[in-house]
Amino acid sequence: MEIDSQNAFAKREHMGQTFYFCSQSCVENFDADPHRYASVVPSATTGIAADTSGPLRIALPVGGLQKYGGPALEGALRALSGVSKVTANAKESRVFVEYDPSWVSVADLLDAVRGAGFNVSGQTLRLKVSGLYCAECVARIEDAVKAVPGVLDATMNAATNEVKVEYSPIIGDLGQLTKAVENAGPYKATRAAEASEPEMDKEAEATEREYRSLMRKWWFGAAVGAPTMILSFPWLFPVLRDWFPRESPQLIYLWYAMGVASLAVLIYSGNQFFTGAWDALKHRSANMHTLIALGTGVAWLYSTVALLFPQIFPEGGFTEVYYDVTVVVTALVVLGLAMELKAKGRTSEAIKKLIGLQAKTARVVRDGQEVDIPVEEVLVNDIVVVRPGEKIPVDGDVIEGQSAVDESMITGESLPVSKKVGDEVIGATINKTGSFKFRATKVGKDTALSNIIRLVQDAQGSKVPIQRIVDQVSAYFTPSVMILATIGFVIWYDFGPSPALTYALIVAVTTLIIACPCALGMATPMSLTTGIGLGAQNGILIRSGDALQAAEKLNAIILDKTGTITVGKPSLTDVVLALGQNEADVLRLAASVERSSEHPLALAIVEGAQARGIKLSNVETFDAIPGHGVSATVEGRRVLIGNLKLMNREGIALGDLEEKSKALADDGKTPMYVALDNKAAGIIAVADTVKEDSKTAIAALKKMGQEVVMITGDNERTANAIARQVGVDRVMAEVLPQDKAFNVQKLQLEGKKVAMVGDGINDAPALAQADIGMAIGTGTDVAIEASDITLIKGSLMGVVTAIQLSRATMRNVYQNLVGAFIYNTAGLPIALGALYPFFGILLSPLLAALAMSFSSVTVIGNANRLKKWKPAS
Amino acid sequence: MTPDKIFVTLGGLAAIAFIVWFFWMVKKPGVKAALSSSGYQELMVLVKGGYTPDVIVVEKGKPVRLNFVRAESASCSEMVMIPDFNKSAKLPEGETVPVEFMADKAGEFEFQCQMGMLRGKLIVE
Repeated sequence: MEIDSQNAFAKREHMGQTFYFCSQSCVENFDADPHRYASVVPSATTGIAADTSGPLRIALPVGGLQKYGGPALEGALRALSGVSKVTANAKESRVFVEYDPSWVSVADLLDAVRGAGFNVSGQTLRLKVSGLYCAECVARIEDAVKAVPGVLDATMNAATNEVKVEYSPIIGDLGQLTKAVENAGPYKATRAAEASEPEMDKEAEATEREYRSLMRKWWFGAAVGAPTMILSFPWLFPVLRDWFPRESPQLIYLWYAMGVASLAVLIYSGNQFFTGAWDALKHRSANMHTLIALGTGVAWLYSTVALLFPQIFPEGGFTEVYYDVTVVVTALVVLGLAMELKAKGRTSEAIKKLIGLQAKTARVVRDGQEVDIPVEEVLVNDIVVVRPGEKIPVDGDVIEGQSAVDESMITGESLPVSKKVGDEVIGATINKTGSFKFRATKVGKDTALSNIIRLVQDAQGSKVPIQRIVDQVSAYFTPSVMILATIGFVIWYDFGPSPALTYALIVAVTTLIIACPCALGMATPMSLTTGIGLGAQNGILIRSGDALQAAEKLNAIILDKTGTITVGKPSLTDVVLALGQNEADVLRLAASVERSSEHPLALAIVEGAQARGIKLSNVETFDAIPGHGVSATVEGRRVLIGNLKLMNREGIALGDLEEKSKALADDGKTPMYVALDNKAAGIIAVADTVKEDSKTAIAALKKMGQEVVMITGDNERTANAIARQVGVDRVMAEVLPQDKAFNVQKLQLEGKKVAMVGDGINDAPALAQADIGMAIGTGTDVAIEASDITLIKGSLMGVVTAIQLSRATMRNVYQNLVGAFIYNTAGLPIALGALYPFFGILLSPLLAALAMSFSSVTVIGNANRLKKWKPAS
Repeated sequence: MTPDKIFVTLGGLAAIAFIVWFFWMVKKPGVKAALSSSGYQELMVLVKGGYTPDVIVVEKGKPVRLNFVRAESASCSEMVMIPDFNKSAKLPEGETVPVEFMADKAGEFEFQCQMGMLRGKLIVE
């Protein structure tokens, strides 16, 4: 801010500089520590343009970027003048831009990205800044932060003294941010606490406050309600009968007192109904508050008018007051709300638990030293050290050491998983035995845990399709109840027994009060929230309510073979020896040769040999014979490894090995002959092995009445062999990846609801085509786009659990809906007096209030019952 | 029929007609979300007994940011959901909570509280 020296409030000179001030407080700030202000480095505020010439490089995180969207995005950015180079990387969801900051700003780039239809999803952090002295500080700090390379946007909130910085995680160096703020003026900047957990606490606090306030209202209502109820019917009680005989002046005074007391209850305990009804009315809508406010309001008004002006009623002199209705209904409904609040808190516990899993600090190697830093400051490629018993802070790959890790909180897998160099570790899991170092690959919002939380949150906000019908109903529900109450009033007044006005009034009030739109509205969301939360705790991420409802109706499951039923990686399964050969020798020589080969089958042999503790030798000569195999010399011996053609070419007699090889091939394995010094030595067979629990899972699926189909690109023989092993009856073999979706459709045309289970890599179209696409995730890649359900643990048992869970949840939904519908459809006619002509039963408004309160509590209680659900084995 | 019965009957019919007209017959005008400098179509939505504005018009193909402020403590409105875009957010009282999504399909969608007591309409065109 420029201050006109003529109009300045005060002037100070310090170290050769003259300062002008706008107000008293500014001067005081200055006088306290003038040196701070003098040492401001002015150039820091001009930002990056001053000291950088030539193009800058920035990585913008882009949300919603798919492979096909890349060129469009690149084109949009390249169209800007000053942009020299653009590369979009769909896999990392990033676009790299080289630009000239004097031509184009980061903001322009962001606009272009958004204009092309993508989201810019940077990471955000908040800086707490102190030392603000004048109004223009806000803009100055914002500018300084924006000038830091990698920062996408910065907004300062002067009320909280916090700057919200959106930055690109690749460049974002937090040290630079605080430095930039401090260079911009006499400010001090520190990292503000991250929102997640304190925010949850704050929410819990707000709920608690609301609960306490409701309970206070209930106690007040109950305290007034109990005597009011007794004194409303004094002729029922021996002593009171004598004190307050009918039509006595004492009774009238008592009624006056009750009128005042019940007004107090309406105002204190019931005010939310009236304000809520009024706010809704302004929107031309009606809700539960409208009904309760109308019901209690009408009862009170009628009573008061009847008490004060009895002469206006035709029945002449007859008065009856309903203050007890007003008070007790208010109190009961308030109590119902309080109980509802308590029960509702429990349904969203799952997400709180997930958020609570997040580690708070990380031990990171910086400048060769191990330092403890807040987990939010961990950057991609940081080396993180984890000791036994500690929580792994972020996602990454192990680079040193080994250990067993408890991943149950993320995958639901109860046994610790062993980790060695190269393995992936997931943030928020707990390191058990050894200590190790890993390189952070995903931090902040990108970690598996954050993705899971976001996915669960979004899914809990979605709708079960059946809810849409309910919504249609409930949009008309409340006004309809008001109409019904009016009709009831008119009919009872016109045709009802005497005293008609009293009956008509009771019927109208009871109708308004018994209707419970809340039970109807809460029926599905409560169960859905619980069900999806349960899924997350068992390693099953359900994307939406649609997926949940569809999963319940499945009757065919297509399983991809590679990576779904099987491990997806070949491994050494059999070594068959010719007479007089030694397994260790054959394997050692074969593996030594294969070490020089790059074939995946060769890798399986090498790993197999190493797993058996065999030490490999160096290869002297190596010759790959295309279409046949390899020939090599190791330890002075000639080694041949390959197929039948190779053996025939070299004229090696195979004897009964040929038979054995066929048998292995029939089992779906890949056999390779090994010959040593031109004599057949044996067969080494390699195969993609079936996952441990695939067979059990498939049996369980069949028991649930699902048709299980295997789909694979492999030849029929291999496919059938695997199918036999795991008990699959129907096989679709030799299906090209691009034809998988078509095969899914074929099954759908048979009238089946089909789930496709795959790893989500080359079967994305098939996953999308199926009624339910289930992706078997591995480790941290949980946010698989094409899938409706993601199974974090790589086991097929997840499919079983997912279907069981969806069935349990949907059953709960139906129970709730049926309950709420029956309650309302039965309650309303009874309230209207449908039973009166036959049995002489007319519902009291007090009972109606009780029923209404408990119907919504019941719905929530039933949803909470779902939490006890456990996956059946 | 006595005069008072005729009076009550007519009054009842009038009340029903009023309810029908008041709650169902009047079409509410929509409010268009403004395109802000950040590229989002932004709009503040007040949550108090209902959503103000409760009919929001946005343009297709551009990201939308609705800033919800809840100014009441009734637990009914503590969550806002936009099921067609799989979005939901908890609304702590008095705090501005942005809900962002991509308006990638045209049509009329609903947003509402968890129980469906408060509703608003989102028109993507």
